[in-house]
Amino acid sequence: MMAQPMGFFTDTTVCIGCKACEVACKEWNQLPATNGGLNTLSGNSYDNTRQLDGIHWRHVKFIEQFSPDRRQGRWLMMSDVCKHCVNAGCMEVCPTGAIIRTEFDTVVIQSDVCNGCRDCIAACPFGVIEINPASGTAQKCTLCYDRLRAGMQPACSQACPTQSIQFGPIADLRARAEKRVGQLVAAGETGARLYGTDEKMLGGLNSFYLLVDKPEVYGLPPDPKMPSRNLRPGSLWSALGAVVLGLMAIVSFRSRGSDDV
Amino acid sequence: MSSTFFTASPEWRWLIILYFFIGGLAGGCYFLAVLLDLFGRPTDRRLARLGYLVAFPGVAVCGLLLTLDLTRPERFWHMLIQSGTWRPMLKVYSPMSAGAWCLLLFGGFSLLSFVAALDERGRFAALRPPSPLGVLIGVLGGIFGAFLAGYTGVLLSVTNRPIWADTHLLGLVFLVSAASTSAALLVLLGAGSGSPGGLRALSRFDSWVLVLELVALIGLVISLGSVATVWLSAWGALLFVGVVLVGILAPLALYWRGRGVPAGSHALTSILVLIGGFLLRVVVVLSSDGA
Repeated sequence: MMAQPMGFFTDTTVCIGCKACEVACKEWNQLPATNGGLNTLSGNSYDNTRQLDGIHWRHVKFIEQFSPDRRQGRWLMMSDVCKHCVNAGCMEVCPTGAIIRTEFDTVVIQSDVCNGCRDCIAACPFGVIEINPASGTAQKCTLCYDRLRAGMQPACSQACPTQSIQFGPIADLRARAEKRVGQLVAAGETGARLYGTDEKMLGGLNSFYLLVDKPEVYGLPPDPKMPSRNLRPGSLWSALGAVVLGLMAIVSFRSRGSDDV
Repeated sequence: MSSTFFTASPEWRWLIILYFFIGGLAGGCYFLAVLLDLFGRPTDRRLARLGYLVAFPGVAVCGLLLTLDLTRPERFWHMLIQSGTWRPMLKVYSPMSAGAWCLLLFGGFSLLSFVAALDERGRFAALRPPSPLGVLIGVLGGIFGAFLAGYTGVLLSVTNRPIWADTHLLGLVFLVSAASTSAALLVLLGAGSGSPGGLRALSRFDSWVLVLELVALIGLVISLGSVATVWLSAWGALLFVGVVLVGILAPLALYWRGRGVPAGSHALTSILVLIGGFLLRVVVVLSSDGA
């Protein structure tokens, strides 16, 4: 039976970059440390996690914008995660059926089915998925499917000290997000906007965001699309090519002088 | 900025590049062999035989390369059979899923033709045209061969990666390149086959296909729009020098000077075409990661 769609609303304006969500996620999901714990510093940011991948299912992005003399600066922080797209590109291309949609309308990779072809990595519009070297399979946020089944909330949202990550039914979260945008705009933050609530974007993202600048500033694609948009035209061009090549070969093999053996 | 620049690399590298190249040759050689059997002269059967002899070992190597590329190779069969229910696993809208089935089926047809080519005067010769069963095997195998040669480009396009997903023409370009490299390989291997007319016909076909490939490549660059600036780099230089100059224009010049038959040796022209076809796949696969 389908439970109601659940997801995350991430209000980036109240994120303080503490990375409690990253730690809670790693703890609960028993994700290994980078490089066996011999982590290196990024060297160009206070953020040393750097990206979402097979062993980082939550990543607090630091967008550090400073003038050359460093007199003026702006910090943006955003806890990034799998978007649990309603139309999921990863699930569409997965050739093993390892990627499934759950009763909570979330997207989960079954690690015992995945064989590591990595098509989902190329298909994800957000660069969320990578191989977890510990399992040798493609992995990402499961929206704590195991915790949801037990009636709990995901580890990250429970750990978040500022309620930047809010978990709940999508309908409730959207209403809450609209209200928050109105509040911010009224307070003078005119750049406030929601990313991923519009169903034109991959049917809607079950993990959506409140941003105060363009999505590109946060490393989010302005216009994410389904991989299958290229399937029909790409196939038609190829089929046309096959017919033309076949005819060219037939003409070349047939039109020869009678002594041409 | 194209949204494809916000995605992560699947890290498909040399095993996949080799697969794209050898898969194109296996499918393309089989496709041409069937057409030679069906529409060529009796002496062309020697050239067609070479095509069948290349196709099956080629596709067998392809299966091995793809399996080795998996991070869990022992689960390769999950592409074909659902591991929990034991039902067939097929998604026609996923090029990788369709491609896995194509490899299996083309492997089967090309094995039959391989056996027929080895056993030319024996009882398995009926598995090859002109016998009705041979025609059926050849036509079906030829269709799967063409699919194998072209779907790899469509597979790259059905993602969200830079360059790959920014054009509709990759399948066409890979298919045309597979045809030109396959004709070149058959000319190279068939030099002493005693079928000079067939070799001339294959060479002429190859020269036409190279022109088509050039047109398709220009179309590809135009279709990329602003994303094509990714190729204002060493990759673009390799594409221009390695694929266009060495792999297309130089062989075309040799064909032109020899009026359809390459001036100088068949072997040189064929090797240039094969190098160009390989480098095309190198540039397309690896330059996406540099974007």
